[in-house]
Amino acid sequence: MATKRMKLKGLLLAMMVGVCQVSFAQTPLDSIQQLQEVVVTAQSYKDVIPAQTLGGKELEVLRSHSVVDALRYFSGVQIKDYGGVGGIKTVNIRSMGTNHMGVYYNGIELGNAQNGQVDLGKFSLENIETVSLYNGQKSDIFQSAREFGSAGSIYLTTKFPKFKAGETSHLKVGLKAGSFDLFNPSVAFEYKLSRTMSMSFNAEWVNASGKYKFRYRRVTPSGELAYDTTAVRQNGDLDAVRFEGGVHGYLPNGRWKAYLYHYNSERGVPGAIVNNVWRRGERLWDRNSFVQGMFEYDITNKLQTKVNAKYAFDYTRYVNNDDKLIHVDNTYKQKEVYLSWANKYEILRNWDVSMAYDFQWNGLSEYMDVDRTTHWLSVATAFSLGDCFKLQASGLMTYVNEEQRDRDSAPDKVKFTPGVFMSYKPFKKPNFVVRAFYKQSYRMPTFNDLYYTDMGNAYLKPETAIQYNVGLLYDLERKNSWFKFFRVGTDLYYNDVRDKIVAYPKGQQFRWTMLNLGKVEIKGVDVQLGATFGLPYDIDFTTKFQYTYQDAIDVTNPADNYYRHQIPYIPWHSGSAILMLDWKDWHLNYSFIYTGERYNQQENIRYNYTQPWYTSDISLMKSFKINNINFKATAEVNNLFSQDYDVILNYPMPKRNYRFGIVVEL
Amino acid sequence: MRKNILSVILFSLLFGCAMSCREDELVVPTEYDILPFDPTTDVDPIGMYLLNEGNMGSNKASIDFVDFKNAYYVRNMYAERNPTVIKELGDVGNDIQIYGSKLYAVINCSHKVEVMDAHTLTRIGQIDIPNCRYIKFDKGNAYVSAYVGPVAIDPDAQLGAVYRVDTTSLAITGKCTVGYQPDELEIIGEYIYVANSGGYRVPKYDYTISVVEKYGMTQVEKIPVGINLHRIEADKYGKLWVTSRGNYGSIRSKIFVLEKESRFSRKMVVTDTLDIPCSEMHIQGDSLYFYSVEWNNQEERNHIAYGIIDVRTKELVTDHFITDGTEQDIEVPYGITVHPVTGDIYVTDAKNYVSSGALHCYSREGKKKWSVRTGDIPAHMVFLYK
Repeated sequence: MATKRMKLKGLLLAMMVGVCQVSFAQTPLDSIQQLQEVVVTAQSYKDVIPAQTLGGKELEVLRSHSVVDALRYFSGVQIKDYGGVGGIKTVNIRSMGTNHMGVYYNGIELGNAQNGQVDLGKFSLENIETVSLYNGQKSDIFQSAREFGSAGSIYLTTKFPKFKAGETSHLKVGLKAGSFDLFNPSVAFEYKLSRTMSMSFNAEWVNASGKYKFRYRRVTPSGELAYDTTAVRQNGDLDAVRFEGGVHGYLPNGRWKAYLYHYNSERGVPGAIVNNVWRRGERLWDRNSFVQGMFEYDITNKLQTKVNAKYAFDYTRYVNNDDKLIHVDNTYKQKEVYLSWANKYEILRNWDVSMAYDFQWNGLSEYMDVDRTTHWLSVATAFSLGDCFKLQASGLMTYVNEEQRDRDSAPDKVKFTPGVFMSYKPFKKPNFVVRAFYKQSYRMPTFNDLYYTDMGNAYLKPETAIQYNVGLLYDLERKNSWFKFFRVGTDLYYNDVRDKIVAYPKGQQFRWTMLNLGKVEIKGVDVQLGATFGLPYDIDFTTKFQYTYQDAIDVTNPADNYYRHQIPYIPWHSGSAILMLDWKDWHLNYSFIYTGERYNQQENIRYNYTQPWYTSDISLMKSFKINNINFKATAEVNNLFSQDYDVILNYPMPKRNYRFGIVVEL
Repeated sequence: MRKNILSVILFSLLFGCAMSCREDELVVPTEYDILPFDPTTDVDPIGMYLLNEGNMGSNKASIDFVDFKNAYYVRNMYAERNPTVIKELGDVGNDIQIYGSKLYAVINCSHKVEVMDAHTLTRIGQIDIPNCRYIKFDKGNAYVSAYVGPVAIDPDAQLGAVYRVDTTSLAITGKCTVGYQPDELEIIGEYIYVANSGGYRVPKYDYTISVVEKYGMTQVEKIPVGINLHRIEADKYGKLWVTSRGNYGSIRSKIFVLEKESRFSRKMVVTDTLDIPCSEMHIQGDSLYFYSVEWNNQEERNHIAYGIIDVRTKELVTDHFITDGTEQDIEVPYGITVHPVTGDIYVTDAKNYVSSGALHCYSREGKKKWSVRTGDIPAHMVFLYK
């Protein structure tokens, strides 16, 4: 056995060296390249592990209200959607849990030290250029230390001003309206300040009553109707404004960016629909503001440096006005200070090393007064052999300095997490890439986990996730053929979540504590497939499919009656399909989303069974010009067949709904 | 080229095969398990109902039935017996009792008391009471405690209430404001005694028993007892046994005993404080069966005891009424009752609150007879007579 393996290794090495076209086609960075770097292009073999990306027109036509609507089309992703315009929406990658997912807004992570969850429903797609999802981490060693820490990462990149020759400003005004009494005007302004500097500004107002019809229906086993009721979802209203502005500049050997974000909202929390309760009185006010800046500079041809900084202030007020329940009025204030310094040095043309140090301070006040300081130190290296082999390795050291409290002092934490990524392209012509990675990551206990009244446990350890992944990708791009593009990719993975932070019952009356008890094993397959066809009469037909199989089982304790059962809300099968037709100024899109059967609690018994759901969305877009002014009109029908479904038990989703939009560009 | 198209088709087919479609949502089915004892025709009580609370927001409160006659365990009966009730029994069951021919289930987060025929479990009606907790009966009336009484101007001073319901018309006929977050209530003579918890006012727990004059529905007195009161039961000698949950920290759970100040007085006073932690209790004749669960922060585990107190002497008879070592199988005890004839002891296990629990039956000698899987958070039990 051992000799066999040796032989195999030898063979692989020989293949690598033999087939590789060792051509170090590298050029030092110049400002033109930097410009290109911002524009996301589909380079066939650039990343070790390429991201799943949606951008441009695709993003515009996919039912696009919040970021979550776009993420539904990525493989390996599960979404918790509590329904409606204002409902909470969180994302979980490869069943490892929401807290293992890093969400980056223009390169800096969005945080929530209180509960570790980022409600992506709050992030509008209005100003987003691309949404990318990386399993493991971004395939770029020139990044901040913290970016090496998540099990999976979502990158949200806002629109970057691009001016054609002679242009100095852009103005875009848009309006969307439709079901849920949605009224959503927006404005975007871009201005070229000088040859090397530009600014952008974007504002949006979203107002919706959030009212929609939903239906619950049951039949007896003999087929008789037991009940069939349709009601209107109440208290799901949303009123939100968002302002974003940025200044971007270029230096002879670098670039910089300064960014401001402010979001202010009031919303109703619609709550669970249970017997005799059809309306609840919970309200939520959110104010999220941050300023962030980035400065990147090439010190020499070989040494690059980058500094990121951020200050964020979040205010949340939760009120329960339900006169049948105890009145609650809580305020939470969170502050975050973040600083990162990353450096990359080119040892050889095909060998880079990087080092980064990040610092962060988080504070929570009002409801709970606590703070913590975190330091990250990363080292990484990237090595490539010609155009056929790429290797990346990184190590991240995390040190969490917990506040010393009188009542419950949490111990400081130190954690080292390594990762290795590689990919191999055996042939020059067929664009066929084999890839593999191993990565350890962790999630720190949140403030709630550690200190929440009565429930928190100050002695919690970080929760660890270990990922193993192998995959392959095949691309085919052809000019002058009706079969323009084809791509197939698949990944097999095994994840192991240890010391999972779970709620454990203590004593009586729904009292819990948090313990590092859980253990989950996840085996999965992701498959992606895409093709573009050039049909007669200038019609382009693009297809995209994605399928995920996941077996995510609880292996905590053989004595549990849910031992080796599929964990809650993880379907075995899920997938999506997108079909797009382009003809001149017209664009027609059909998309289908499928989430298979799953269980809403740990035990896989029939009382916890949740049926599959699948929806079809359709949209039509037309661009036109009147007096040199560009117009773009869209019409969408979502949940075309009006399926009545719950993503989360007792949180009904809307039936068929509509949205119309118009954008005017000056 | 053709291969590619073929693979697209193949993939779509695979895609379709792996996935199943949505079907009509069926009425939540009832399940039957055979219990390991001999069916008999002549038993009374003929069965025992068990109310599973279900986790908050899950709408999974359910009623199970132990059929002593046919030796069946019948799981999740309500939906199948009442298929037309929208969204089934409801969210978080908190008490179940029988009065006359009717079965009453207090469904806390559905803000209602569900009234059913005790033998068929078919629905008769419902009484809407916000945040209702426990129910007791007296002379054709039901008395229900509720966490939320008046809609207070000062939101921090939200007092609870006791509602009076006519058991024939199922109409609310009276209401009386009591202390903070009242839990169980007990009726002796013309007075209702209500254990106020103040559980939502941590750390300012309530510490009183409200005394309500039941004809006028007026609070006549508040007896200071101990913080965070929960259960209140009368024994056959007219003494009141009250449990205090403590503050789950420095102040431990305790049992208080109240008696009349003198033979001719109507006033109840605390006569004894038993330094015995108690989570749930059941009085049967001269024996008070109880268990206690206390969390130990250092050891990160629960300390659990199963005991009996003699209500005459107020002495602890035993702190381990389960004698065969099978208490190890119980993760988190959550409910307790005793068979009025055989003396069998029933203890429920809520496990982690979000998975099926278990019902364990022990003989009066403390030997395990059988166990069965229940719904989520099995908690409250009541016997059904012929």
